[in-house]
Amino acid sequence: MKAFTFERATSVQDAAAKAGSVQGARFIAGGTNLLDLMKIEVETPTHLIDVNGLGFDKIEKTREGGVRIGALVSNTALAADMRIRRDYGVLSRALLAGASGQLRNKATTAGNLLQRTRCPYFYDTNQACNKRKPGSGCAAIGGYSRQLAVIGSSDKCIATHPSDMAVAMRVLDATVETVDGAGQTRTIPIADFHRLPGDTPHIDTNLKAGEFITAVTLPRPLGGEHVYEKVRDRASYAFALVSVAAVIQRDGTGRVAVGGVAHKPWRIEAADAAMPQGPQAIASRLLAGARPTHENAFKVPLVERTLAAVISEARAA
Amino acid sequence: MSNPSELELSRRGVLTVGAVTAIGVSAPVLAASENATTGASTPTIPVSFEVNGKAEHLSLDPRTTLLDALREHLHLTGTKKGCDHGQCGACTVLVGGVRINSCLTLAAMHEGDTITTIEGLGSPEKLHPMQAAFVKHDGYQCGYCTPGQICSAVAVLDEIKRGVPSHVSANLTDRPRATGAEMRERMSGNICRCGAYSNIAEAMAEVAGARA
Ligand SMILES: Cc1cc2nc3c(=O)[nH]c(=O)nc-3n(C[C@H](O)[C@H](O)[C@H](O)COP(=O)(O)OP(=O)(O)OC[C@H]3O[C@@H](n4cnc5c(N)ncnc54)[C@H](O)[C@@H]3O)c2cc1C
Ligand code: SF4
Ligand code: FES
Ligand code: FES
Repeated sequence: MKAFTFERATSVQDAAAKAGSVQGARFIAGGTNLLDLMKIEVETPTHLIDVNGLGFDKIEKTREGGVRIGALVSNTALAADMRIRRDYGVLSRALLAGASGQLRNKATTAGNLLQRTRCPYFYDTNQACNKRKPGSGCAAIGGYSRQLAVIGSSDKCIATHPSDMAVAMRVLDATVETVDGAGQTRTIPIADFHRLPGDTPHIDTNLKAGEFITAVTLPRPLGGEHVYEKVRDRASYAFALVSVAAVIQRDGTGRVAVGGVAHKPWRIEAADAAMPQGPQAIASRLLAGARPTHENAFKVPLVERTLAAVISEARAA
Repeated sequence: MSNPSELELSRRGVLTVGAVTAIGVSAPVLAASENATTGASTPTIPVSFEVNGKAEHLSLDPRTTLLDALREHLHLTGTKKGCDHGQCGACTVLVGGVRINSCLTLAAMHEGDTITTIEGLGSPEKLHPMQAAFVKHDGYQCGYCTPGQICSAVAVLDEIKRGVPSHVSANLTDRPRATGAEMRERMSGNICRCGAYSNIAEAMAEVAGARA
């Protein structure tokens, strides 16, 4: 691990100002992704700002009838909150399908959204990777790409976003709330939060330097059946090959987002509209224009089959 | 690590001697390896927390993980380092009663915290019920994963008691129960290379049953 200096933040304003102005400064929350990457020197911050003393650890009702989730609420606390379990079950389910009990106790809401890809070449500093080292190339294209993206990728990067939680937040139309070093606040719809790789795969999200996430807000509950189905290489403690988050109403209408297929949680309006027509219609709209590799072409039929399982689960409920 | 413990020193000493005989260089070997881990000028930071009921005050290189602080600075070597990347659970300890991977957190992030390691759960004279159950049911072979398994197992039963749901809970809003399926899912963050899983599950079932 490269050397860094460390401070415990006492005011969000100072923390954001410092993160925005000190070259190489980063926030640290749970640390479960950042430290993992620092140990192998994929991440090399020069200054860490520990934000754990700042609060932002509550789940509250909003005036609009939704909930505001503090950025530092742990993944366990969020999954176990009775309002989330009752009214936003897809979010509890997605969280509980991710990582391990120990990791969920430390992982935070903001950190989870900002976790970086699990592309094996991103982790291997001996390999070309445009995300880790812009301009160095992409070893995954033509390499081991079984876990990687089938849609929305570019000829610079075919990585996926690994978060389960983010897929559920996408289907729930969550909003990310932030504050910057100048005290400016803004809200970013989750749809616009993560980016596609394009020519700049080293930039994962539309956050600005030093911008601090304060909360994630969910709109009023949608009702309906909430399902999160995660397909992975073992029954627990593994990242998704494909995952489907869905909220399905009694008349068969609803909405769906897919994980494990793209650089961001994948949701397409036309696919939502096709919900009553069944898995094939939904999948063909979700994955129109997909460009899988030889190794991950299996994900295309797997999305359709997972959708079929999700729809029958919702019907049976 | 600016204050290498005796343990570290003696281990490095052995390594250095080995290197000397192999390549015929003396002092610089130690100096180089010291530099590689300490970096020349990182200031240390003070951190105070309670470990197994005892107040501890350390001054640490900011890079020191909680795991390394426990093992190398406080000589609590019960907690094990398996992968050092959050993947195996060997380093599981309780912070404020909650289980975490001590390898993926910095010691400096635990100012004022209350930490319990396997040494604090029970002693050879007075085993924690989970420790006793692991012994009774042979919940290990080599024992390397065991401290993490036991800390995790104690926390799992507490999580079930507190009503935290899991991936296998059939209904999200029901109170979870300490069934075999629930305990196995919740223990998936603790890997055992020796495959003692079924005996670990039996040990946990006994403690859960005795408490219910
Ligand atoms: C073995 C293993 C298995 C895993 N399996 C899964 C899985 O199956 N599914 C899954 O979804 N995830 C999985 N994860 C990833 C895990 O969910 C993430 O590591 C975790 O959510 C990151 O949260 P954190 O709080 O620890 O983030 P940190 O590591 O603290 O931070 C991550 C990033 O977010 C930034 N950041 C943190 N808080 C803020 C803030 N408030 N504002 C702005 N920036 C901020 C940091 O600067 C850093 O860049 C796994 C991780 C491991 C190690
Ligand atoms: S797919 Fe993206 S993350 Fe993976 S090697 Fe290519 S550029 Fe790097
Ligand atoms: S050593 Fe911490 S999880 Fe493996
Ligand atoms: S007892 Fe050997 S690794 Fe579990």
